[in-house]
Amino acid sequence: MSRRTVAANPVEQAVTWLNDPLNWTNPGGVLERLGEHLTISAAAVAVGCLVAWPVGLWLGHTGRGGGLVVLVSNLTLAVPTIALLSILPLTFLGFGKPPVILALAVFAVPPLLANAFTGIRQVDPQVREAARGMGLSGWQVLRRVELPLAVPYLAAGFRTAAVQVVATAALAAFVNGGGLGQIISAGFGLGISIGGGQILAGGLLVATLALITEGLLAVLERAFTPRPLRRTGRRADEQASAVGSS
Amino acid sequence: MSFHLLADRADPGNPWFSGQYVRDNWSTIVAALTEHITLTVQAVLIATLLAVPLAVVAYWFRSLTGPILALTGVLYTIPSLALLAFVAPYVGATNPASVLIALVLYALLLVVRNSLAGLSQVPATTIEAADGMGYGRFGRLLRIELPLALPGIMTGLRLATVSTVALVTIGSLIGYGGLGDLIFSGFRNNFYKAQILTGTLLSVALALLLDLLLAGAGRLLTPWARRVAP
Repeated sequence: MSRRTVAANPVEQAVTWLNDPLNWTNPGGVLERLGEHLTISAAAVAVGCLVAWPVGLWLGHTGRGGGLVVLVSNLTLAVPTIALLSILPLTFLGFGKPPVILALAVFAVPPLLANAFTGIRQVDPQVREAARGMGLSGWQVLRRVELPLAVPYLAAGFRTAAVQVVATAALAAFVNGGGLGQIISAGFGLGISIGGGQILAGGLLVATLALITEGLLAVLERAFTPRPLRRTGRRADEQASAVGSS
Repeated sequence: MSFHLLADRADPGNPWFSGQYVRDNWSTIVAALTEHITLTVQAVLIATLLAVPLAVVAYWFRSLTGPILALTGVLYTIPSLALLAFVAPYVGATNPASVLIALVLYALLLVVRNSLAGLSQVPATTIEAADGMGYGRFGRLLRIELPLALPGIMTGLRLATVSTVALVTIGSLIGYGGLGDLIFSGFRNNFYKAQILTGTLLSVALALLLDLLLAGAGRLLTPWARRVAP
């Protein structure tokens, strides 16, 4: 009964909510939350790359540690994001953005690591052999032969990781860590009858951001992949998920 | 004696591990664990019942492969919290079905993609042999293709189960998060470390345990695959 007096349906409520300029410009409004969301996500992906790429490339180069890559992927899949988000602020990191960024970076590592590893491993052994025969040292082989050939995989891993981080960053709201998820959790705080529109609007914003990120990075991934390697670049995704699954 | 009990409880610290916490809140922990398992099993079962037929449809009709993979891919890309936000206003914020639907939508892709991969790697010669033996489309599917695709389907199931166990925790936003409720309320109530860590460890342990169980079931269901190992 009271539902009917408040609003007919959540979609209308959501449209109304999104159409109110104050909901965008107020402190804690969409624009501020979007800024937080993007900052946190970018920092988390950057930290993830800094850690995962060197390790993954090196493991791929030496050909050891395949088991470690699988283990990391499986373990992080089993850890609830909310658990890490709750635990890290209570450690020496303290409250604020660093623990949120670190928690999200943990979930960015597996796709980055797995793709860097497979990217190097899939390089034709004959190519590696030829480079060796030309007198390149191990380091030079990695830098001048393996790394360029692994670029499609690195790009695919980057896209997977970035999309995942942007999506997961919404959960930072559970620990008041900011981001667009905060709009959803605030809506739930108001209750469905009043906050229903806000919940839906928040969901739309978060989903749209994730899909835009995915689309944008897919274009970038294509641009970064040299034309002759494009075919293999598409395969990188499947192989990475196969690594995570076995 | 009561003095001793008091002394036992007098520790003012906030430790990460606390047997005292586990003993005092045993029934709450068991209830949260039960809810967690129930939601996971329901979600994975429903997702499987939807995803395997979808994979079969995608396998039979090549023109539908792209759209089915794209749709489940979009559902997978949409953050779990947003899925919950889409479902909750319609299903109700005090209804565990909201969490369940979000979990099912999220698990779909993993099962669809892996089942399809499993179906696609059935050798063409095997299919030809089955046709030659007079199997119809459904007979071939049930007796030949699905059994041979079982490793792929089981991989999808394991991935879906492990990620669902972790994802159930987001349900704590509306009070149906199983062990996530322990983590969430532990954080909200003065950062009760023992409660947060108990919920976390149980959740991770549950994911690994279910993964092992499914791996074992997969081995039992595909005895022919074992002969390759030694």
